[in-house]
Amino acid sequence: MKKKVVIVDYGLGNIQSAINSVKKALSSENSNNNIVEKTSDYKFIKDASHIILPGQGAFESCIKGLQKLDGMIDELQNQVLIKKKPIFGICVGMQLFATKSFENGEHNGLNWIKGNIIKIQSKKNVLPHMGWNKLNNIKQHAILSGVENEHFYFVHSYYFMTQKEENILAYTDYDTNFPSIVNEKNIFGTQFHPEKSSKAGIKLLSNFLLLN
Amino acid sequence: MLKKRLIPCLDVKNGRVVKGINFVNLTDAGNPVEQAKIYNDAGADEICFLDIAASVENKETIIDVIKKTAAEIFIPLTVGGGIKSTDDIRKILLAGADKVSINTSGIYNPDLIKESSKKFGNQCIVVAIDVKKQEDGSWKVYSHGGTKKTNIDVLDWATKVESYGAGELLITSMDRDGTKIGFDNSLLKTISSKVNIPIIASGGAGKLEHFRDAIIKGGCSAVLAASVFHFGELKISDIKEYLVENNIPMRI
Repeated sequence: MKKKVVIVDYGLGNIQSAINSVKKALSSENSNNNIVEKTSDYKFIKDASHIILPGQGAFESCIKGLQKLDGMIDELQNQVLIKKKPIFGICVGMQLFATKSFENGEHNGLNWIKGNIIKIQSKKNVLPHMGWNKLNNIKQHAILSGVENEHFYFVHSYYFMTQKEENILAYTDYDTNFPSIVNEKNIFGTQFHPEKSSKAGIKLLSNFLLLN
Repeated sequence: MLKKRLIPCLDVKNGRVVKGINFVNLTDAGNPVEQAKIYNDAGADEICFLDIAASVENKETIIDVIKKTAAEIFIPLTVGGGIKSTDDIRKILLAGADKVSINTSGIYNPDLIKESSKKFGNQCIVVAIDVKKQEDGSWKVYSHGGTKKTNIDVLDWATKVESYGAGELLITSMDRDGTKIGFDNSLLKTISSKVNIPIIASGGAGKLEHFRDAIIKGGCSAVLAASVFHFGELKISDIKEYLVENNIPMRI
């Protein structure tokens, strides 16, 4: 099946890395028909097969950036919550799925996965949590096939504390053992950056792109 | 557990890799995109490009290097050199870099650090500090690639830029840079014990144990080196294995 991967561009973050890594992830599939494109126009996500929501920087500027795109949030709700298209949120992109964020005040998220974005509490470690770390308490899931033991690149000071334990596919330890991969049906999100996590990150993205 | 990071740095001039010894005597060590790929394949945790001839006409050259590198390697890329405005930063990030390193402009225009960390996120903003020990024992900050002395004490500056929103500090000991006699661990420890953001050690790497000492004695989160890698004196994999043998967590 021909894939059309759409990366939502709301004017923040390193979107080029996301594009490059998705292209690389698709290159392992024997198809020349796959398309990767970025868009700020909600119309272009209507016929997407997979949606990527990247994110970098502060929660508030990311959610505001997304809200500024005319019709985008409504169309995302339609594609993700009603049509059940697979979506992958990266770092703050994943945090946007939450009910609320407490980074620099209190800000509403998309509320697709119940829970809040809160600061890492660490007495002995510096913040941000920056660098390569592993996963633990991993749940069985196709998206994690072959990467269970790998390192991923993190850079963040806040994390997603989901209301339900069942929304957590894996944790990562940084003094606090925080959820590093979240999932609700067709919605996936990682606190780390798969697009910066070398081969393991590309493999994880490939796994996601195999989901229908 | 979070791993410590090993970061090869490529000093780039007019699109080619060079590396200065004590900031002068440049020697050509090749093509930056190819070098970055080699380091990535060898297990580098991040790559750093320092554009050492960052004049207006050369800015497009480094943008092109970043674009080509980001299309081929998928680990974090930091770019520094001649960054003067948030517009410069935006261009570098859009080309595919993940972080920028600010040095001289931050000293003369601290608002750049404040504005850019707010705009792009603290994680994007590495503040690079070139430091030289003075006869009275103090450590002073130098600007303009180490050519101009300021009256700023390094610890004052480090704590200030942390409060301005820097996500990381890249500390280069000018006394050690290019000497291969080891990092200035007392300088590094002085800073790492006072600030609460990651410190990258730079200047002086020559032997395996230097990397261990910068992490254990210097209290650093990451270690950066250039010349020992370019000319193959030390291999990334050997350093990482050595550090693991010394109970330092590394990504292998």
